Amino acid sequence: MEAEAAKYIGAGIACIALAGAGISIGTIFGNYLAGALRNPSAAQSQFPNLLLGFALAEATGLFGLIVALILLFVV
Amino acid sequence: MASKSHGEANGQDAGGFNVDPMHQFEVHAIYELPPVAGIDVSFTNSSLWMMIAITLASLLFIFSARKPTLVPGRLQSFGELTYEFVANMIRDNAGKEGMKYFPFVFTLFVFVLFCNMLGMIPYSFTVTSHLIVTFALASAVFLLVTGVGFIRHGVGFLKLFVPSGIPVALLPLLVVIELISYLTRPVSLSVRLFANMMAGHTMLKVFGGFAVAFLSAGGVMSAGAIAPVAMMVAFTGLEFLIAFLQAYVFTILTCIYLNDAIHLDH
Repeated sequence: MEAEAAKYIGAGIACIALAGAGISIGTIFGNYLAGALRNPSAAQSQFPNLLLGFALAEATGLFGLIVALILLFVV
Repeated sequence: MASKSHGEANGQDAGGFNVDPMHQFEVHAIYELPPVAGIDVSFTNSSLWMMIAITLASLLFIFSARKPTLVPGRLQSFGELTYEFVANMIRDNAGKEGMKYFPFVFTLFVFVLFCNMLGMIPYSFTVTSHLIVTFALASAVFLLVTGVGFIRHGVGFLKLFVPSGIPVALLPLLVVIELISYLTRPVSLSVRLFANMMAGHTMLKVFGGFAVAFLSAGGVMSAGAIAPVAMMVAFTGLEFLIAFLQAYVFTILTCIYLNDAIHLDH
């Protein structure tokens, strides 16, 4: 297999990490909504935590994307 | 990131369109300076945008605090809201004693926020999309937290790595895990900010490339350019949210690390 082809395949595989980010962001927002509908008065106070969790979860997936970008543009 | 020749080669390899999404991250010298001790100290576009961010932030806060009135005007409200926002963040996460480090945390938040936001201006340069910049910021946080911990608790700070209420048999393993997680903090803190900023800006450019490809196809195909442009508009909105959110996350994690060093409760 050509090295160039292997590079593109590797970059594609590295992007699978974003599936995990998708699942985690869905979990966070889903659970927040479930909690907020049960107890709307407490929802506002937990909004910063929601954003924090969203950013932390999203970053994990982006690490995979960085591997893909490094494979495409640096290696 | 990619060197110039490399980037250009990739832009042509990409096929139908000649938009290199990495071109926007290139650092180039604006004013060449002679190297000092083998290090290139030229004034680059990165330095320029850092200075713009600092100047803008300083001017905004100087003017917002110049003529304080009981009923704040627009500028004064901006200053007060930002102050309260960061102060509450520290009080909630690091306690009252954390307020000692308010100037550091506030500067960090404002610098990251302004760099992220200025990066959203078309044709500008996003300082925080370079790993070395975010790593320097994260290293400063790491050194401060470690220093504060050792100064406040002396050798007792090492208790941070020994979780309480754990069977002795498990301790060696857990101490190693705690130590590794502590030492990777600057890496995770910096890569999170850098990856978010770079991925977002690259994504915008890739969608821009799609629009260019549609337009260059000509005829009926040009109408298809509306779809990627619409996506770009939506993503730009998201990117503004991310730009703020990442500054927020960077600062709140700094507060949480400070809390570890100040209170040592595990």
